[in-house]
Amino acid sequence: MLEIKNLHVKLEDEDKQILKGVNLTVEPGKVHAIMGPNGSGKSTLSYVLSGRDGYEVTEGSATLEGADLLEMEPEERAAAGLFLAFQYPVEIPGVGNMTFLRTAVNAQRKARGQDELSAGEFLKVVREKAKTLKIDAEMLKRPVNVGFSGGEKKRNEILQMAMLEPKMCILDETDSGLDVDAMKLVADGVNALRDAGRSFLVITHYQRLLDHIKPDVVHIMADGRIIRTGGPELALEVEQNGYADILAEAQ
Amino acid sequence: MAAPQAKASARLDALQTGPGFGAARADALARLRAMGLPDRRDEYWRYTDPATLNVQAAPAAPVFDASDEAPLFDALDRVKLVFVDGVFDPAASDDPALAGVEILRLADAPDISWANGLYGTLETAGQTPVARPFAALNTAAATDGILIRATARAAKPVHLIYIHESETSDPILHHLVKVEPGAELTLLETGPAGARFNKVLEVDVATGGRFHHVQVQGRDHQRRAVTHLFTRVAEEALFKSFTLTANGVLTRNECVIDIAGDDAVAHVAGAALGDGATGAFHHDDTVFITHGAERGESRQVFKKVLKHGAVGTFQGKILVKPGAQKTDGYQISQSLLLDDDSQFLAKPELEIYADDVKCSHGSTTGALDETALFYLRSRGVPQEEAVALLVLSFLADAIAEIEDEDIQAEIVARLEAWLSRHRG
Repeated sequence: MLEIKNLHVKLEDEDKQILKGVNLTVEPGKVHAIMGPNGSGKSTLSYVLSGRDGYEVTEGSATLEGADLLEMEPEERAAAGLFLAFQYPVEIPGVGNMTFLRTAVNAQRKARGQDELSAGEFLKVVREKAKTLKIDAEMLKRPVNVGFSGGEKKRNEILQMAMLEPKMCILDETDSGLDVDAMKLVADGVNALRDAGRSFLVITHYQRLLDHIKPDVVHIMADGRIIRTGGPELALEVEQNGYADILAEAQ
Repeated sequence: MAAPQAKASARLDALQTGPGFGAARADALARLRAMGLPDRRDEYWRYTDPATLNVQAAPAAPVFDASDEAPLFDALDRVKLVFVDGVFDPAASDDPALAGVEILRLADAPDISWANGLYGTLETAGQTPVARPFAALNTAAATDGILIRATARAAKPVHLIYIHESETSDPILHHLVKVEPGAELTLLETGPAGARFNKVLEVDVATGGRFHHVQVQGRDHQRRAVTHLFTRVAEEALFKSFTLTANGVLTRNECVIDIAGDDAVAHVAGAALGDGATGAFHHDDTVFITHGAERGESRQVFKKVLKHGAVGTFQGKILVKPGAQKTDGYQISQSLLLDDDSQFLAKPELEIYADDVKCSHGSTTGALDETALFYLRSRGVPQEEAVALLVLSFLADAIAEIEDEDIQAEIVARLEAWLSRHRG
């Protein structure tokens, strides 16, 4: 599904190397987690994959189902099936959440050569999916993320994911700022989307999210590289001992 | 400076007073001659060069073909009154019959007391403390206009349609609106009107009256307009005005509001869109709000979207007189610069002589939020569509000042159409 080879990335405006050779393959239907200390390059990886400005790829490649992601505009990556759930979802005053969702869904359908959904069809689907995420009609009407609580913003991210039905979902610290109940709600939303054709890359500081979203593979990232890969037990090891041992071992 | 001064005098020398309202016309002409036409040295005209408004003949403006869009508000049930280059066209207009509303033509010089009492009155009052020569010129020389008096709640809006056919037309129109106690009226104005349009609208809203105003200035790139809206808002009365300006080489919209009665509300808003790539654009919003009564609420919301060398300016003042306690005054002027070539100049002012008031003003200028743009694109929304959504997001506060949902929807559709025509 997602294949990253020897990816080197620096900041566009300064001579600072962030990713120093990342190798990662996520198979269809699998959940991979990336853990690592602050500043290890986890969020940068998610931004580079989704096409945010400000980064320069100096070496390596990233493909989604064989297609070169790095050559595509962000909207093309989305249409190809990539989705990034933001750590800090953006507030857009004056644009209704519904309008935003419908514009996004129809833009992607158009890009894939599908017919746009009618207002009625769209409403039916969005209501159904919102209900399972406990997003009420009021939240759908409000401007995108404006006045939403931390938990509401993250649930709104998952709603977008559910509506857009991507193949490859990247969750960037989706657990940050959430209490246990909110985290569970978000995790349930993610788990409901798991299927054989959809893969996940879950970026997190903490093991606790992985109690709810069970990963198949766990990677530890430090200083722009993946320094260790293992099963779910690796996350538990980090939780108990911190990163120090793993970092020391890697050096 | 000799040349422009000479031309300015030429315009004044050649000026002829319009029909009717003899005393008010003569008074306005005398006031105008005393104040003279403005130039760049006037503080009030620092951001906008009045030279092309001063010259005797209107600079030519090619007629813009706007037939790619259906006429605005065509779907609304309303009373249409059509002016072609400032000349009333009865054949194209509806029969001005509307229950509870009296509609007359200024050119007929009707000798009726309410109009005699109003014509030039608010304009004259609005000349202090700042001189507004083009408004005095208008009161003296206006050739036509509509006089509207609402005595009840009007069942439908009155719609003034301004058509531009002659490249050198120089219309001067003066409208009066009197909203009697408890009455309600919506006035719509659309179109370029002429090559150089001078318009004054005097609106007197009596106790408990409600007045709604939505105007859309024409798409002609070379058109010029200098407009003045003077209003007096009485006790518990409401005044709301919204203006959409897209294109136009020079537009100066002045709005002078007198909160004269306790618990009166006045909102004035504007959205201006300029793209220098399709024609020079200079848009000036100048607002002066006087709070002279208690518990008055005023709100100014002005937004400008500028690119390719377009220029936007805003001068807005809130004056709270002694005794105007519990005044709530709000002013925001913002520009969204879509490139590095455009310019926004703002001068917000507060002058407060009462001690128990709430007044705030803010002015910002900035580029599109790159993070928001990326967020939308990461959801699959193409760049241009994402920009359009963010521009609408930026304009939302101003658009929200339009109360009627159907009218609001038509304005949003116009904005979307403009944005789709002016991509990149």
